[in-house]
Amino acid sequence: MKTRKDASRSHQRHVPKPRPNPRWGKEEETSIFAEKVKLFRTGKLSEDEFRRFRLQHGAYGSRLQMDYSMVRIKVPGGEILPIQLEKLASLSEAFSIGSAHVSTRQNIQLHWVQLEDVSEVMRGLVEVGLTSREACGNTVRNVMCSHLAGVCPDEEFDSTPYSKAIARFFLRNPMCQNLPRKFKINFACCEKHGLVRIADIGLVPMTKDGSRGFRIYLGGGLGAASFIGHLLEEFTSEGKLLATCMAVIRLFDRNGNRENMARNRMRYLVNEMGWEKFQKMALKERSIVMMTTAHSTESMFNLTAEEDDQYLPKENRNGNKLRMYRELDSSNTSAYERWVHSNVIAQKQAGYYTVFVTLGAGDLTANQLRVLAGIIHELSMEGAARTTPQQNFAIRYVNGNDLSEFHNRLASVGLSNPGALTITSAVGCSGTTSCNLAITNSHRLAKEIQYKFLELGLDTDDMLIDSTIKISGCPNSCGQHEIATIGFFGGASRIGSVMAPTYTMMFGGSAGESGELGRVIMRVPAKRVIDTVLKIIEIYRMEHVEGETLRHWVDKVLKGEAIGTVHDIEDIKGALAAVVQLPPVDQNPESYQDYGSDTRFTAKTARGECAA
Amino acid sequence: MTSKRTLSMDNHKQNKKLRGRGSGLESEYYSIPDTVCDVNTLSSLIRKKNVRVVDVRKEEEYIREHIPGAVSLPLAKILEKESPERCIELIQDIGVNEDLPVVTYDDTFGALAARVAWTFQYIGHQHSSILEVTFAQWKSMGFRTEKKLNSYKWQPHPLKINQSIYADLAYVEKASSNKVLIDSRERLNFLSEHIPEAVNLPYTMLRADGKVLSKSDDIRRLLQNRGIHENLELVTYCGSVGTLSGLVYYGLRLAGLKNVRLYARSFKEWKALGKPKAEFKDANYWDLSAE
Repeated sequence: MKTRKDASRSHQRHVPKPRPNPRWGKEEETSIFAEKVKLFRTGKLSEDEFRRFRLQHGAYGSRLQMDYSMVRIKVPGGEILPIQLEKLASLSEAFSIGSAHVSTRQNIQLHWVQLEDVSEVMRGLVEVGLTSREACGNTVRNVMCSHLAGVCPDEEFDSTPYSKAIARFFLRNPMCQNLPRKFKINFACCEKHGLVRIADIGLVPMTKDGSRGFRIYLGGGLGAASFIGHLLEEFTSEGKLLATCMAVIRLFDRNGNRENMARNRMRYLVNEMGWEKFQKMALKERSIVMMTTAHSTESMFNLTAEEDDQYLPKENRNGNKLRMYRELDSSNTSAYERWVHSNVIAQKQAGYYTVFVTLGAGDLTANQLRVLAGIIHELSMEGAARTTPQQNFAIRYVNGNDLSEFHNRLASVGLSNPGALTITSAVGCSGTTSCNLAITNSHRLAKEIQYKFLELGLDTDDMLIDSTIKISGCPNSCGQHEIATIGFFGGASRIGSVMAPTYTMMFGGSAGESGELGRVIMRVPAKRVIDTVLKIIEIYRMEHVEGETLRHWVDKVLKGEAIGTVHDIEDIKGALAAVVQLPPVDQNPESYQDYGSDTRFTAKTARGECAA
Repeated sequence: MTSKRTLSMDNHKQNKKLRGRGSGLESEYYSIPDTVCDVNTLSSLIRKKNVRVVDVRKEEEYIREHIPGAVSLPLAKILEKESPERCIELIQDIGVNEDLPVVTYDDTFGALAARVAWTFQYIGHQHSSILEVTFAQWKSMGFRTEKKLNSYKWQPHPLKINQSIYADLAYVEKASSNKVLIDSRERLNFLSEHIPEAVNLPYTMLRADGKVLSKSDDIRRLLQNRGIHENLELVTYCGSVGTLSGLVYYGLRLAGLKNVRLYARSFKEWKALGKPKAEFKDANYWDLSAE
């Protein structure tokens, strides 16, 4: 094994200076929060008023236990610093359950925090420049940015500073403190990477005649009813970026549905109004914004203040395709090679790599956070990490000579699982582990799938590599199941005389600028999900044509164009009919229970707080 | 309040200064050192040979290396046949009389040290405190250690049981509107099961980076947030023998709370006797831990 000393001797390592404190948090908000909790506990603040306040500050009620909160910490643009990860480690030990959780929108969540301690968590966050402000509630939520922005060979320019400047402009901004409903903004790096079609505002960087701008999509979003966003115009110049975002938020604020909580996301407004009308109104509103916005307001959108990449290598290598670091030699594979194959990609900057750290459904312990912080500090030239919507970490600007040491250090704390960029890295929302709305334990199911698939070595099969599995514990799509190759959302079904946890399986969803929503195939009992997916892979392996990946084959099945015995959706249902069957309950009662539970399944939910 | 309750070098200097001005605070410094001892104060006390340092780790760890002058008294030895009479014999055997300050330390984030220090207080020793860091931290801070095995001449020590810091099952069960049970275990253990009505104050909450307990002001603020105040009777407990809850006991004392008791037999006894438990059944919170 290569020791650290050996590795550092092999090349001159540049450890970057720590970045300045990004100051997203505000000290005074911590004591105000503590005070409000006291007022609420002594009955001087009504439950409704307090809930609104609490959500505005990022504290979401825990499953059927309102004395506990999930504190959602915003990670603007997904960018997080080592010192912040270390703080999260301490906070998770002191006030949470000793672990932290990466969400599908790049937030990091601490679960089961006692309401009285939320202010203390906030205090710790402020110290390292983080905030939970407006991470929940009817506000502009965490502004996402592709974790490859800045290193993606296909991008026109780095959208990271734009995402952070937009995040800073709207944070605590009076214009978005009481929207009809939450509001999501996602930046991509290129047309392939990023969740731009499933956001209220999705932005893809592009250049036209040498000047910067964006393709902006409006009114997308996942949920009980999902919609794909619409393109506002062919090109929105950089100079109109802020005005466009302000105009859309103003439009939503004025016209959004404030009556029906189930229908008040902007996508419903766009759908009810019709895209063309909404588009016209948005463009008109933008003209008004541009004519009436004070210079002092505009100056709050400060791009240069968010740029901290000056010292990073600029030279690009030839060729412009993100590729795996090394082709896998399946005959003789070490753990390290297997990890490199599925967790490391080459950046556009010659000699630098982005390393993905595989988590289980986004979970990592305090100790893992600390070790990861050390790795990032020493081995990433940008001295920061990105959270990914696949609930993993991406550590960029890693020198090729350091990969082996990187792997060894991850292995020392059980973080060296392969498969981050493959079908094995299943996404799962928090489900019944902490969410009021959840019906099933999607979180545990995602972990079980990952465990089983890694055991079977599915991460080494390049034909599965571009497929994804995403699971939500209810129809509300926090697990983003509609954009998965194979997606699942939780429910409850009566099977025979017994209630059992089940998932509705969907096929053919995809992310990126040409993203599509998946289509419902059939219901699968929770304990049959793994075997069902394995059966699908088995059929695919027998029936696909040369060079066709699982994802392509699934798309063909949806179109009724597959060439084997399974030709279309009806065929796949037929082929899976046996595998989705549960044995009689008296023969195998466990198969009627949910993952992580040894008692009879009941679908128990309480009021969700998203819409409070 | 802190300055009075903490055995601290800074306070000592401060008191000297005050003494110079004739404030007459000298006695206060040694009279209430019953919580946490900082490293500089301990160093100075060791130099002056005016302290009994007690290493409560396993004996073989003591033999390998320990704080200069320290004597070995593993927690297991106290728990063997725990009775006030037996404990008085043990404290006499390490040469501690009523007036000699005792500082305990361990390598288990202060929990074992706290349990031993509490035991000494319980049998009537008024000056027992825990070291603010673990042995490993003491060493990494560059303070001296030694291998020499120390023993001290027997000293007489009276047995004066301090019931005011002790809670047994009957006390825990006795109804009182003013009493708050404090579960000192980590959050996941608490969520799994706990004594009904108990509040959770995990020992991890009361420590700060590099110290076994946070600053008193920080602990006070946490308690204030939770509405835990001076007029309540507080009883700490944990999973087995009162170690984690011993540490929380000291944390509460450090924050200036006076009416604090330790339920030393803790949840282990409670469960063994089949007493009622509260549990959260509607969530699979355990699955969130990244094992």
